[in-house]
Amino acid sequence: MVGGGGLDLLCNGVKIHHVDVPHKDQNRLEMRDLLAWVQSNLIKERPEMFIKEDSVRPGVLVLVNDCDWELCGGLGAELEEKDVVVFISTLHGG
Amino acid sequence: MDAMIMSNGSSDILHEIEKLKLEKEEIERRLSLLEAKLNRNPGEAVEMEVNRSCSSCLSMLDGHGEAVNGLNADMIYRYSRHLLLPDFGVEGQTNLAKSSILVVGAGGLGSPILLYLASCGVGCLGIVDDDIVELNNLHRQIIHPEAFVGHPKVKSAAASCRVRFSFRSWINSSIKLVVHNEALKGSNALDIVSKYDIVVDATDNLPSRYMISDCCVVLDKPLISGAALGMEGQLTVYHYKGGPCYRCLFPIPPPTAACQRCSDSGVLGVVPGVVGCLQALEAIKVASGIGETLSGRMLLFDALSSRIRIVNIRGRSLQCVTCGPNAIFTRQMFQAFDYEGFTQSSMSDKARPELHLLPESSRISCKEYKAVVDNREAHVLLDVRPSHHYRITALPDSINIPLPALEINVSLIDSSLKEATKVSGKEASLYVVCRRGNDSQRAVEYLSKNGFPMAKDIAGGLDSWVKDVDPSFPIY
Repeated sequence: MVGGGGLDLLCNGVKIHHVDVPHKDQNRLEMRDLLAWVQSNLIKERPEMFIKEDSVRPGVLVLVNDCDWELCGGLGAELEEKDVVVFISTLHGG
Repeated sequence: MDAMIMSNGSSDILHEIEKLKLEKEEIERRLSLLEAKLNRNPGEAVEMEVNRSCSSCLSMLDGHGEAVNGLNADMIYRYSRHLLLPDFGVEGQTNLAKSSILVVGAGGLGSPILLYLASCGVGCLGIVDDDIVELNNLHRQIIHPEAFVGHPKVKSAAASCRVRFSFRSWINSSIKLVVHNEALKGSNALDIVSKYDIVVDATDNLPSRYMISDCCVVLDKPLISGAALGMEGQLTVYHYKGGPCYRCLFPIPPPTAACQRCSDSGVLGVVPGVVGCLQALEAIKVASGIGETLSGRMLLFDALSSRIRIVNIRGRSLQCVTCGPNAIFTRQMFQAFDYEGFTQSSMSDKARPELHLLPESSRISCKEYKAVVDNREAHVLLDVRPSHHYRITALPDSINIPLPALEINVSLIDSSLKEATKVSGKEASLYVVCRRGNDSQRAVEYLSKNGFPMAKDIAGGLDSWVKDVDPSFPIY
């Protein structure tokens, strides 16, 4: 799992996390489960900078295996072993 | 000191004279070369000066073996390495020469974009910006020479672009450079953008990004969008060949707390340079019609770990209020849209929200604090900036506890106060300072509720200290 665009700051500056997320249902893990797990296990400060309601806050792109999660089911996207999930906060500087 | 400035000034002038002499020699050399080619008398060539407008640069010469493909001898020589590229060639170059590109922002991103686009043969290049060159821009905004500090960025940028051509024969000057010395806003954007084929977003703020994207949708222009901050950059192409616009990706703006600025968070100079170069590349590809652009994809650049990731992003959103199939976003709506209100942030990097958390009784001015120091009144000065800020510069005899660490370091404040009281024999006061006077208010608010009711904020922070007390104190 990779965080960028400043989101790494919410996890003590650590950008890449290799995580083993327990499955809720048998053999099925969805993006919504990962979000909940990240929120309670990785985010050290200011959770509102990552989560809003039941999804990521506006301005965060979520990519599952380098693909926008909107293209693969959003919160319901199913995750598999060794998938790479990237959370990236949009930048505006220049 | 004065003598040093004088000698620096005259060495600058001597340097400039040398440079101009070299350029003059180069121009004369090129002139005589071309005149020899034309087998004409000196002077005649000047009559052939082409009309320097956006589209007419290719109304080219005929006969004399010069104009078979719309490129004259000078252009062929100048752009020969482009012409040698099988995938680019004459067609790519002539397409470039016919194109007009607007670069919004002449800062860190805009610097390499403008230099490359001015050099590569774009027919008409527009620059829009209302900012002034500052010394702390120069580490990344490489288009601006130090001599232009205090001057409009567009003027400085245009001068640097023109230098790219100062040694070039006038008869072949096909570049038109247009300077818009104003901020791009809802009120002028339609007028300015409509004159160009392609727009490059090299701005530094969120409301401008929404505004430029909407404007490009309304006027149906492709948008090359780049951003950089800290050690990271992002890049994509919006509203091109059926691809998404900025609002498709970000229908709701992020909270203002998530919008960091270079002047707060810092930026490694070369990072916007890399992103700007890639923006110039995408603009050249769109203008010349070659290759595959980043439309529908986004490039994410992590400079610190040397990683570039290119990801597939969503297509045009069916719900997009600007470009969706059911969207009704007219020019009138565009002009009336309040982008700063929508994003809750300012288009200007200079505008800073001022916090008013505390009663006046909990604040003192920098001048009042100076009197405290001069009168040797017993006190502790607490600096709540991040430690890497504190290492840049700090007021003497201060202690540094960054705001987020305040809670766990309350005992340190307590012991410092006791120590100061013991040394002076009088009750020591507690003053809190930061860079601009916002975090110090947050700190005083916390401290006053947690055992330090006497804590006072030094209003305006170190910025005000420089303005009101000590102009020689380092500012950053």
